[in-house]
Amino acid sequence: MIEQVSVFLENKSGRLAELTRVLGDAGINMRALMVADTAEFGVVRLICDRPRHALQVLEASGFGASVTEVIAVAVPDRPGGLADVLESLGSGGLNVEYAYCFVEPSGDAAVDIFRVDDPASAKSALVSAGIVVVEPGALYVAD
Amino acid sequence: MFQPDFEAMSRTDLEALQLERLSNTLDRVYERVASYRAKFDEAGVHPSMVRSLADLASLPFTVKDDLRAAYPYGMFAAPMRDIVRVHSSSGTTGQVTVVGYTRGDIDRWGDLMARTLASAGATADDIVQISYGYGLFTGGLGVHYGSERLGAATIPISGGNTKRQIQVMKDFGVTVLAATPSYALLLAETALEMGIDPRDLPLKAGVFGAEPWSENMRTQLEEALGILAIDIYGLSEVLGPGVAAECECKHGLHVNEDHFIIEIIDPATLQPVPDGEMGEVVFTTITKEGIPVIRYRTRDISRIVPGSCSCGRTFRRMQRVSGRTDDMLIIRGVNVFPSQIEQVLTGIPGVAPHYQVVLKKRGSLDHVEVHVEVGPDFAFDEIKALEHLQRRVGAEIASALAISIEVKLVEPKSIQRSEGKAKRVLDLRSEGSE
Repeated sequence: MIEQVSVFLENKSGRLAELTRVLGDAGINMRALMVADTAEFGVVRLICDRPRHALQVLEASGFGASVTEVIAVAVPDRPGGLADVLESLGSGGLNVEYAYCFVEPSGDAAVDIFRVDDPASAKSALVSAGIVVVEPGALYVAD
Repeated sequence: MFQPDFEAMSRTDLEALQLERLSNTLDRVYERVASYRAKFDEAGVHPSMVRSLADLASLPFTVKDDLRAAYPYGMFAAPMRDIVRVHSSSGTTGQVTVVGYTRGDIDRWGDLMARTLASAGATADDIVQISYGYGLFTGGLGVHYGSERLGAATIPISGGNTKRQIQVMKDFGVTVLAATPSYALLLAETALEMGIDPRDLPLKAGVFGAEPWSENMRTQLEEALGILAIDIYGLSEVLGPGVAAECECKHGLHVNEDHFIIEIIDPATLQPVPDGEMGEVVFTTITKEGIPVIRYRTRDISRIVPGSCSCGRTFRRMQRVSGRTDDMLIIRGVNVFPSQIEQVLTGIPGVAPHYQVVLKKRGSLDHVEVHVEVGPDFAFDEIKALEHLQRRVGAEIASALAISIEVKLVEPKSIQRSEGKAKRVLDLRSEGSE
């Protein structure tokens, strides 16, 4: 399962810059980053190398952070590719809380990150539908 | 019990002792303090007219402004030759007030603080770390003399330098901690950050006071530190710490009634209220020589806990102070105590009990923002859970305070920690409208 680092941020200018600088100074490379914000606060979700180490580094610098399990899927780069993935999750009764995607420069597929209630059943539903589930090692250096 | 002959004396004997000591005190201040004499004369009362404890209610009150006007020594009832110690209030709410102690006062203060420490279970075998500030503030030295009187090994570390406090606590085998409750919480947090679980230390009891705190905060301190936490009460104008303290029953603070007479009054009508009803606490000192006070209005809000206590002490109990009339905020006409907010927060999982109230003006209306820290172990990925938490905090505070407020969730440990009395309120209402 992919380990995503989620960080709580107050809506204060410069706070996201501080977060990325803390990770940069710790030599942690980021692969993807998504900011979800409300009127009052934001949650930054990121895929990075050594996520557990990143969590420790962030907490030591005063950030509220946690590690969340998400699923990464290689979505075929063609019309309807993402729809196939979502339909196979939907037919299994699995609800997607949020999703974001990025393109790996090396591959010809987009990588989609999904947060679902039950990642283990989601994974088996995807695999049985013939969809490629990306393992952590293919995206980042796990720890 | 440190002095069972007094702490468990019969009410009849106690009242006789109180009346005798009250009469002596009234004679003393009438003879020696010009402002008392003038006030009594103006009210048409004389010490000789006080023939029963009930007659005390006919005497005029003393307020903080009387002490300020007498700055520095105007209300001392002993010549400077007999004064051996001077303390002073912090002056955060105006001109500082100065109090003086004779050798006898210091001696009695030691007994009273020894009683307080003993009611937390401390004995001569204990090692007491005093993290109250030393200096003009009465907290540090007040507890210090009591701890020595008890015969405990006394560590006068004072406040601040939190990591060193933890190291001392661990290395010196401290068994009893005396601190403000907010500082005790900071000590617990810091210990964990240093990789020391305070519950693994020999620490067994804490005497916490000098600021209002809640029952929930007690639970939190007791769990985090693995101790019995008791509330202690005092104020420099009356003595300093040692005026009242909880016993192991943790159900109200026994007032040292052989040295202080407590009354609870309605702050609006100034009339005494029956036992059990909330009101402003008023103290008369009956053994102080340096600066006795007659019917001193403390601005603290409490009540007498009715009934007797199973610990055997016969002194009546006052409920833990739920706020000061000084701290009381008037928001859109509603009386609000910051401690009510703390009470709510400590009952909600997912938030830390650290908060700050920010008062602003929006148009002509008061606007209240409560900044609340999300707990460090929150599942930060869940926006819905964060929003739910925000709404819940808002709803529960609004229901406890009867006013609507805006809740702002802030990052863990982002609210400034205090090493003394916590500053919970930022009042920006005089800085104009937003």
